[in-house]
Amino acid sequence: MLGLNKRDFTLLLIVVALAMLAPFLLNPFPEGSAMAQFNAGYPDLMQKFVIYGIFAIGFNILFGLTGYLSFGHAAFLGVGSYSCVWMFKLLGYNVMPGILLSILTSGIFAYLIGVVSLRRSGIYFSILTLAFAQMSFALAYSVLSNPKFNLTNGETGLQVYSNDPQWLHSAGKPDLPHLFGLSMRATHEMQLGAWQFQFNVGYYLCAIIMVLAFYLSIRIFRSPFGMMLRAVKSNNTRMYYTGLNARPYTLAAFVISGMYAGLAGGLLSAVDPLAGAERMQWTASGEVVLMTILGGTGTLIGPVLGSGLIKYFENIFSKINDSVLHSWFSFLPDGMEDFMVTIVHPFVGKGWHLTLGVLFMLIVIFLPGGLVQGGQKIRGLFTGRTEAEQAQADANQSTPAE
Amino acid sequence: MDAIILQILNGLDKGSAYALIALGLTLIFGTLGVVNFAHGAIFMLGAFCAVTLSKIFSISYQTIDETQTDFLGNPLKIETPYVEHWFGPEMGSALIDWSVPLAILFSIPIMISIGVIMERGLIKHFYKRPHADQILVTFGLAIVLQEVIKYYFGANPIPTPAPDVFRGSFDFSPMLGFEANSVIYPIWRLIYFAFSALIIGAVFAFLQFTTFGMVVRAGMADRETVGLLGINIDRKFTIMFGIAAAVAGLAGVMYAPINAPNYHMGMDFLVLSFVVVVVGGMGSLPGAVAAGFLLGILESFASTTWATTTIPGINQIIIYLVAIIILLTRPRGLMGKKGVMED
Repeated sequence: MLGLNKRDFTLLLIVVALAMLAPFLLNPFPEGSAMAQFNAGYPDLMQKFVIYGIFAIGFNILFGLTGYLSFGHAAFLGVGSYSCVWMFKLLGYNVMPGILLSILTSGIFAYLIGVVSLRRSGIYFSILTLAFAQMSFALAYSVLSNPKFNLTNGETGLQVYSNDPQWLHSAGKPDLPHLFGLSMRATHEMQLGAWQFQFNVGYYLCAIIMVLAFYLSIRIFRSPFGMMLRAVKSNNTRMYYTGLNARPYTLAAFVISGMYAGLAGGLLSAVDPLAGAERMQWTASGEVVLMTILGGTGTLIGPVLGSGLIKYFENIFSKINDSVLHSWFSFLPDGMEDFMVTIVHPFVGKGWHLTLGVLFMLIVIFLPGGLVQGGQKIRGLFTGRTEAEQAQADANQSTPAE
Repeated sequence: MDAIILQILNGLDKGSAYALIALGLTLIFGTLGVVNFAHGAIFMLGAFCAVTLSKIFSISYQTIDETQTDFLGNPLKIETPYVEHWFGPEMGSALIDWSVPLAILFSIPIMISIGVIMERGLIKHFYKRPHADQILVTFGLAIVLQEVIKYYFGANPIPTPAPDVFRGSFDFSPMLGFEANSVIYPIWRLIYFAFSALIIGAVFAFLQFTTFGMVVRAGMADRETVGLLGINIDRKFTIMFGIAAAVAGLAGVMYAPINAPNYHMGMDFLVLSFVVVVVGGMGSLPGAVAAGFLLGILESFASTTWATTTIPGINQIIIYLVAIIILLTRPRGLMGKKGVMED
């Protein structure tokens, strides 16, 4: 269905269901209970899940298929954010032109950077993309924000001011980002017993776009084009000797993944109309690499899982403080309680990056295929099939349908 | 003319740091074939060795002097560092004052053991994995190291001054025949430059003139053959990893008085050092050193008022711009060899 085989269609349905029912699924604990702090079903966080999901899906098209490790993808995220806010400033708060422009500009950016960077491969490619991204960061942070020519508004971040033209803005429209009059912040709250569920317009817009992006990535993975990209990864030289010029294909993959990143950046601005240069910093590029690896490089669902997990940790782990820890370990005798709190303390709250680093190292060391490989291993325990057999089965499934 | 000399001097101290880190990176890459993203973190650990030593020296006990009062009228509390108590006031205060240079001695064994533990404990298992995996696991390690430091030392920079003798500046002008005070330069930075030149010289001499160095060079050229000759090349390479860590660590120790160390200084330097390594040519030791100084000096020239008014922001992007141009015109970097990282 939809040009997908049965297996992929099931996967797509799962993603659709997860995305649409997220407000329920991420809110399993009743309001006011001790576990309520683990709820992730509030709009801000859910928006981040799907937006960074798009970012990681796009990154995976480049890294997962061609094996080119770009350390500068955050540049496209930033470009997308800035373009979207500029559309808000010039045309008004409707998000559609902003999102379209952010895809377009980041595509152009990705083309220019890609043409240059893809002349090299391996670590050189990583360093080139890193250099370009750091350059864009420096440009956005200081150079392009002088009084004569203020494109990015520097440290403050680009935002909409009341004296901006906003040509298409009419009196009846909300004064916040909206989709043809429907405010992105509009939230419908549903009280169901002790549970409270929030349905947010911004989230659902992002979720629908994420599902579309996911569908597109399945089609790319299963297409002859995707096959070609995989061939680049497995043996570029042989491709070259067979008389195929691989560069247009890798360039196309680079531009597509850059456009995904731009789309994610545009959506970030659409839900919160403020674009700052720190989105382009290399730590942001590192983050998307982590998400993709954590979920499973080269798998379809992996990046979505990875981005969800990292953003969840970032938000939930960083909220846990000592008093919460004390309440968790209160069942232990006093000395033990303090001891456990001391042990766990460095890993939560402000130290959640430490957890992230440790988790990341463990994943790279023991599960190079990420969470998806972990899932397969567990499945293998039950079905009795070895990993190799499963990989074989997966490979058979992944032959293009066309 | 004096302005040009001043900018070259300004570039030297940053260039020295780049060169030392890049030298360590290249040593690790050339011997073990591993792209070590945790090298910046090792540099940072070195700087924190200096911080730790100066903190240890200034651990003090309180005595209450009843004869004097502080501004609130309470009896004055006098803090006396234990070192002053043990070694006498003069020797003690000299120790505190000289904590950064002393940290050099203290850091060498620490950094070598950190390097060896890293190699034996973690990186050893990644030789057969793809470069991307090596990058990722060392990147994870760098995050962990810097978060641990952040946990113990806090997120703020910790000022670690150089000894009193070396504070202040040196006036080059009379020596070069300019007006007085036209070329003045902080003494500590001169020392930093001299120190890094010494270290670089020592590393090259070690590789060139000792049997150990000869074996290592042979191993870099053809690991398998050296192994077949009955030499335990793995152990030698492990020691080289330790030495590379010590080089980065020493660069960090000496850098502490120039910029107050904070937990993310390693990452800031790492990105630039990678650019330096790639510009110099992957696997080429002289290339790394030359590119380090070259980029440091270029950066300082780009920070002059003249440059920043002509092209605004050039100081922020010059290194990346040069790296891009060099990589596109000379794909193997300035002194890169054929066949390194070209899969």
